[in-house]
Amino acid sequence: MATDKSTMKETYLQLMYGRFLRSMEEVYNITMFGLRFFKYVLLPPYEIGQVRKHLDELGAKSIPLLTVVGLIMGLILALQSRPTLDRFGAGGFLPAMIALTIVRELGPVITALIVAGRVSSGIGAELGSMKVTEQIDALEVSAIDPYNYLVVTRVLACCIMLPLLTAYVDFLAIFGGFVAEWIAHNSSFQLYFTEVIQSLRFYDLIPGVGKTIAFGYIIGIIGAYQGFNTTHGTEGVGRAATTAVVLASLNIIFLDMVIIQLTFLFLGTGV
Amino acid sequence: MNTDKPILVNVQDVWKSFDDNHVLRGISMKVEQGSSDVILGRSGIGKSVLLKSIVGLLTPERGSIEVMGSQMVGAKVSDLNRVRTNIGYVFQYAALYDSLTVRENLEFTLTKHTNLTEAEINDLVMEQLRLVGLANAVDKMPSELSGGMKKRIGLARAIIRRPRLVLYDEPTAGLDPITAREISELIQDLEEQFGITSITVTHDLECARIIANRIYILDDGIFQHQGDFDELKASTDPYTKAFFQVIQ
Repeated sequence: MATDKSTMKETYLQLMYGRFLRSMEEVYNITMFGLRFFKYVLLPPYEIGQVRKHLDELGAKSIPLLTVVGLIMGLILALQSRPTLDRFGAGGFLPAMIALTIVRELGPVITALIVAGRVSSGIGAELGSMKVTEQIDALEVSAIDPYNYLVVTRVLACCIMLPLLTAYVDFLAIFGGFVAEWIAHNSSFQLYFTEVIQSLRFYDLIPGVGKTIAFGYIIGIIGAYQGFNTTHGTEGVGRAATTAVVLASLNIIFLDMVIIQLTFLFLGTGV
Repeated sequence: MNTDKPILVNVQDVWKSFDDNHVLRGISMKVEQGSSDVILGRSGIGKSVLLKSIVGLLTPERGSIEVMGSQMVGAKVSDLNRVRTNIGYVFQYAALYDSLTVRENLEFTLTKHTNLTEAEINDLVMEQLRLVGLANAVDKMPSELSGGMKKRIGLARAIIRRPRLVLYDEPTAGLDPITAREISELIQDLEEQFGITSITVTHDLECARIIANRIYILDDGIFQHQGDFDELKASTDPYTKAFFQVIQ
């Protein structure tokens, strides 16, 4: 009996070790796949037309969803925070609090998570479908580099579009906060936005915008990697799309945590 | 084999495995310019693997593949691409770019690799479509086409740049016998018309009969037999005999 238990434990450990090795191999592969972007993005041919097309498909088509989310996020933040701030006699700080929370943290992360859900899965499914139907091979035999044509263009579009979408969501969320204040306390538009602008410094904007570029890169690369490595037909395409969203979301949250720590380390807490 | 013609494809002792599955075990073949060679074999035997190795989509573990005098095994991507501009490839399920119209599918490589004007490209596209009998499908999306139509468009796309070599991966798979025969005859017509050299992998004997100058029978990772259609059909070798009988 003791030998059985020992064998089972050994098998379990071997299984876990095998999984760990496979995970590490996957991390290495994604890293190498991602690093190729920095080489390819600088080299011709530049597929400007494709980048423009993806800016529209990946970015502009996310706007309706982001509009709703941005407005509601600001509205809820104001409604939830007002009673607590009032209790400490700090109701007047609400516009500044909303602006800082949105610009520094909630705006970039929520926008990235929503775009990851919509775009990363889309890229994974589209490229996965191209992979299983040999369209990627067809590009390659036509002497067209699939990485440059399919991956670089999409990742670049994500890196360009995400800061713009984040700025849009930030504005809408701050405006949503005003709407809540205006409904509840008939606040002045001028006073609210004066306080918002006075509370924001250049220091608050830089990390917020900077990290959205990194989030865009993660969204594009993970979606493309999953698509490029799709196997097992249509079932694999579905799996690629789902895995792309999960991995992109996890990486966005993890990277955000790292960037916050680095920001605090190099720029201080800003208080 | 008539040796006075130049050799366009020279495959020597090619080995390829996927994990423990040894698909190719020392394949060798020489394809002369203007010849139409067919590789026959059961499904999953490694025919497409050989074709993909020839065009550089897969890299063999051992052996050498020369196409138009250039070594494909271990070549740099830029060198592979230089050779690929002279190769057309017809995929098993056509592999048309499904986000592009038929016109855009055909224009694609021309816009990337040539300096032709828009009018010249349009003329070429329409000419190819007329050759394959689908001029009226020019603005259709691939999803609107039948299997046979997709194959024809795939064929038109492969030959639009007048490549010296065309590789066909199961050109008649999944088609009814009448359409399969039409596709085979179309391939033969186009090859004669443009002097194309070709390698076709198939398990369709009728297709092989129509287009092949030379047939290779692939099994167990090597070419078991080779010859023209009539030679192989008349062969007394048990495997070749069984192969022809089973498929027929």
